[in-house]
Amino acid sequence: MLEACEITCIKRDRTLFEGISLSVDAGDLLYLRGPNGAGKTSLLRILTGLSAPDSGTVRFNSVDIAVNASAYLSNLVYLGHKSGTNGSLSAIDNLKFWLAQHSANADDDALYETLARIGLVGLEDVPVRYLSAGQQRRVALSRLWLKKASVWVLDEPFTALDTKGVALLEQFMKHHVENGGVVITTSHQALSEEAGRYRVFDLEYRF
Amino acid sequence: MWKWLHPYAKTERAYQLCITLQPWFWAGACICLVVGTVWGLAFAPQDYQQGDSFRIIYIHVPSAILSMGTYVAMAVAALVGMVWQWRTAYMTMIAMAPIGAVMTFVALFTGAAWGKPMWGAWWVWDARLTSELILLFLYVGVIALYGAFEDKQQAGKAAGVMALVGVVNIPIIHYSVEWWNTLHQGATISKFDNPSIAPEMLWPLLINLLGFALFIGAVTTIRLRNEIVLRELHRPWVQALAQQRLEKEA
Amino acid sequence: MSLYQGIFVRDMHIAFKQKAELVQPIMFLLMVVTLFPLGVSPSPDTLQRIGPGVLWIAAILSSLMAMERMFRDDFQDGTMEQYVLSGMSLAGISAVKVCAHWLVSFVPMLVLSPLLAMFLNLTFDMYVALIITLLLGTPLLSFIGAIAVGLTVGLQKGGVLLALLLIPVFIPLLIFATSAVDSAALQLPYYPQIAIIAAMLLLSAAIAPFAIAYSLKVSQN
Repeated sequence: MLEACEITCIKRDRTLFEGISLSVDAGDLLYLRGPNGAGKTSLLRILTGLSAPDSGTVRFNSVDIAVNASAYLSNLVYLGHKSGTNGSLSAIDNLKFWLAQHSANADDDALYETLARIGLVGLEDVPVRYLSAGQQRRVALSRLWLKKASVWVLDEPFTALDTKGVALLEQFMKHHVENGGVVITTSHQALSEEAGRYRVFDLEYRF
Repeated sequence: MWKWLHPYAKTERAYQLCITLQPWFWAGACICLVVGTVWGLAFAPQDYQQGDSFRIIYIHVPSAILSMGTYVAMAVAALVGMVWQWRTAYMTMIAMAPIGAVMTFVALFTGAAWGKPMWGAWWVWDARLTSELILLFLYVGVIALYGAFEDKQQAGKAAGVMALVGVVNIPIIHYSVEWWNTLHQGATISKFDNPSIAPEMLWPLLINLLGFALFIGAVTTIRLRNEIVLRELHRPWVQALAQQRLEKEA
Repeated sequence: MSLYQGIFVRDMHIAFKQKAELVQPIMFLLMVVTLFPLGVSPSPDTLQRIGPGVLWIAAILSSLMAMERMFRDDFQDGTMEQYVLSGMSLAGISAVKVCAHWLVSFVPMLVLSPLLAMFLNLTFDMYVALIITLLLGTPLLSFIGAIAVGLTVGLQKGGVLLALLLIPVFIPLLIFATSAVDSAALQLPYYPQIAIIAAMLLLSAAIAPFAIAYSLKVSQN
């Protein structure tokens, strides 16, 4: 489904990785591993098309995303280090806005239901700034429930989550993969059994 | 032409090109500058109004023209980098920036020094001097923006955008300042407006202009070589180069 | 509601939740203008002569302060990343954001302008000319400024750098705008200056969104 060919990334005149190829198909959970500074985030950003590789191509269903990304983008949810929520807006406002921008439809009931499932009952209308780091992360993660996308690219999704949150997310990742979705994720803690079967891709630190 | 130019997008080839071009630039620059300057300072006739002090144009005019020319060249390099994604284009751009800024400074300094005997003041808000000063600000902006980024690839792109914004603005700035100047100073005679210049005065000027251009080319090649080596320090070909140099010295 | 409209509404909404950030540049403008009678001379004639220049310089300086927040929050909290991934045109988004920013930062300036004109003893004709130049000139500041804001948004220390980049670029606008007001003071026609400013505005409105989108992508990389 998603395929990266001979990707090279140079940051600050240091080659992070060179000639990396990987491909994921429906039902794959790819766990990207590597030490700090190995370029995990850079690779994920290249896979989403947020940054361009210095050489190589990324293809979604055999279409180069540098040429035409529209089909890919409507099937993609990316969650980075930054939550993508504005601190002075409430969780509901943030999510509604995000859904509209991403042309994903979800009615208010679905929104409240998702926020309840993810453990944010009663906090829907509080400005996101006043939530704890873990709760803010949950607001960002709720997009996975709300947008029907087959490809999830998650950069350190477990940061700041408590054990219950981690288990919830892992179960949902497993559910997604079993239903023919694709998950590409990085994490500093190893994935637990809740996440089901996964493949590991190791990035090495290069000098 | 692209087939011929394209290999130089690779840093290694660009480096080799610099090495090839550098002696020619230096030789041309030395010859032109010596001939033009000696001819201009010693043999060209005196100006009937300004006496010998007009001779500063042999420095002032080439540096002023090339300060603009270098900025335009930077913008062209930025555009090439943007369109064809050449890293070397951005490197060339940033290699030229300080040279252009120095040229602008020389033009400003000689202009001010020329103004002292003519106007009796070191600085007068003359249209061309003012434009030149703003040009210096534009150079400073590009250099400062490049310096602010840690990732030099990103820095090159950002500075390139600013260079292009500046180059669109240069004509607007030039004409607006000229117009502002006539508005505020009435009909002062600009000493730079030479309706006709005697050929024996013009030739050394043209030779010096060429000399300055070649000199800029020579310094650009040096700076570009430095930039390439610094940026590619970890690449095998640079390390091989360093190894060669060490062996030669040993 | 179209997608771009949504961004506009959201930006306005957020701007009014951060009132301090809105008011500060305007207070800055007021204070800078106050400095001139104190520092130069309070005589009405002098003030009238330097007034147009003072107002425009103060407007440019305070716009530099206000400009910084145009993309800052969206960039830092990751909203910009999500915009890029939404498949909408980044140039369109930039144009909408510039318009929203202009409305919240420059319209208050226009509202304050009668007071400033009084402070500097401008005649009514001069004031009319001033309003026209501000109406046409400040969107130009926003559009051109946004390019540099897009370039510096990822930098930690963008503030002074932004001024370094933009002040030389704003000089033609300053020249034409102040001379329009000066012409009005002498009862001369000033439409040529206005026409030039309008032309620059149209040119920048056509090109700047693409340049802003490119700058944001560079910062994003």
